[in-house]
Amino acid sequence: MTDTPPIVEMSHVRLAFGQKTILRDLSLTVAPRERLVIMGQSGGGKSTTLRLILGILRPVSGSVKFKGEEVSQMSRQTLNRMRRRIGMVYQYSALISSLSVRDNLALPLEELTDKSEKEIDTIVNEKLGMVGMEETRDYMPAELSGGMRKRIGLARALVLDPELILFDEPSAGLDPVVSSVIDELIIALTEKTNATSIIVTHEMDSAFRVATRMAMIYQGKIIEEDRPERFRESSDPVVSQFVEGRTEGPIATQS
Amino acid sequence: MTLLDRIPPLKHALQHLSSIVWLLVETFQETMENVLIGRPPFRLSIFFQQTDRAGVGSIPLVALVSFFLGLTMALLTGYQLRTFGTERLVPGLVAVGFTRELGPLLTGIMLAARIGAAYTAELGTMTVAEEVEAIEAMGIGPLRFLVSPRILAVILVTPCLVVVSNIAALTGGLIISRWQLNISPPYFLQLVKESVQNRDIIAGIVKSLLFGLIISLVACYKGLTVRGGAAGVGDATTSSVVTAITVVIGFDTLANIILVALYD
Repeated sequence: MTDTPPIVEMSHVRLAFGQKTILRDLSLTVAPRERLVIMGQSGGGKSTTLRLILGILRPVSGSVKFKGEEVSQMSRQTLNRMRRRIGMVYQYSALISSLSVRDNLALPLEELTDKSEKEIDTIVNEKLGMVGMEETRDYMPAELSGGMRKRIGLARALVLDPELILFDEPSAGLDPVVSSVIDELIIALTEKTNATSIIVTHEMDSAFRVATRMAMIYQGKIIEEDRPERFRESSDPVVSQFVEGRTEGPIATQS
Repeated sequence: MTLLDRIPPLKHALQHLSSIVWLLVETFQETMENVLIGRPPFRLSIFFQQTDRAGVGSIPLVALVSFFLGLTMALLTGYQLRTFGTERLVPGLVAVGFTRELGPLLTGIMLAARIGAAYTAELGTMTVAEEVEAIEAMGIGPLRFLVSPRILAVILVTPCLVVVSNIAALTGGLIISRWQLNISPPYFLQLVKESVQNRDIIAGIVKSLLFGLIISLVACYKGLTVRGGAAGVGDATTSSVVTAITVVIGFDTLANIILVALYD
């Protein structure tokens, strides 16, 4: 960890939907320029953690800070200003289906900046080039494959040059080759843009490929966080069972 | 246990009502915040797209149904009034009936079925596909971007469609009056002018603006609160149409009671 102030700081976060508690006592700190991978079971609160950082969900108790500012106490305008500094890549890309690829990328620029159409086109082309998708500019999302949509989603997350990029299951549903391509893109683009990233996944190969640090959520809290090489050798029975994908162990399996 | 807990449907209805009012307030605030920082309230292209869809696209249906209903109304009332030799009251009946009551009501019901269902299905699909959340996550207010232009478009096109409905119904009435009741078209129009008062026209316009707001608001609310994938979108769409039609008829009755108390 460095001495620079953290980008994200979550402490003692509790979140529940009605009677169902998702996060019990989650504390997590994300330093600038690191690629933190959050792992955990499906439905374990990984994606929920990203939504808390974006201020889409608010915790029942505890604190979520983005660059020192308490997210849950922000007004709508402040929250929207903060969200412009964060890029989010969704599991199923969440591209606006009625807009072309170009218009999907141009949307935040047109709605949130005063850039001219020419400037917007230049940025769109540049970001599409960064993910190797220039030729899809005029396509509609329905005409693209899952991997292509992921790349476009990543390009859209980059258009406002965010300081933090959140990835929700970037490799889910992709074949191993495309999955590796996406992982390499994540590494290359976050290094090129100096952005910090938080990657939520339960795909172990992908997790170890992209992470500079890893954290594991279990039963609503972070049970271990460490460098990838140390994570692989963890003595924690939950972590080792999850990493090795064993059915025997403390993690309850539902078949 | 409170009184509301004892009557779950009432509690449920009040929860939805408060959420719909909250949606309206939030949409207005989000839109005005953008205006106050010197940006357009929403994309004009989306607004015009929606006015075309809700307005121009609904003209054939509204005109056709109103024409047939105007025709039937003239036929049935003429058939009865001829017994008393008062068939010259038919043009006034059709004109007042449509301007004040049937025009807005029919248009409201048809818009709820046609545009309310479309809006709920569209926004519901976007919600399920996380598109609405993605818009929110980018810092673009989804209510301002998606809901505002739709609500304004429907509010503005509803009175225009009511005018279309009234004209179509009067045309139906005129045809029946000419061929069945021997009332010439110029005399028909003269009787219409004598019967319709400004208050009838104002009542119709006020009601249609209100119906436009109800239909679009219910449709957007149902779409944005969809849960449960494709089946959820289907359920929400059905619920949107049923709710909007019921509320429109309910508000029509309420408006009639108020208007009668004010004018008569």
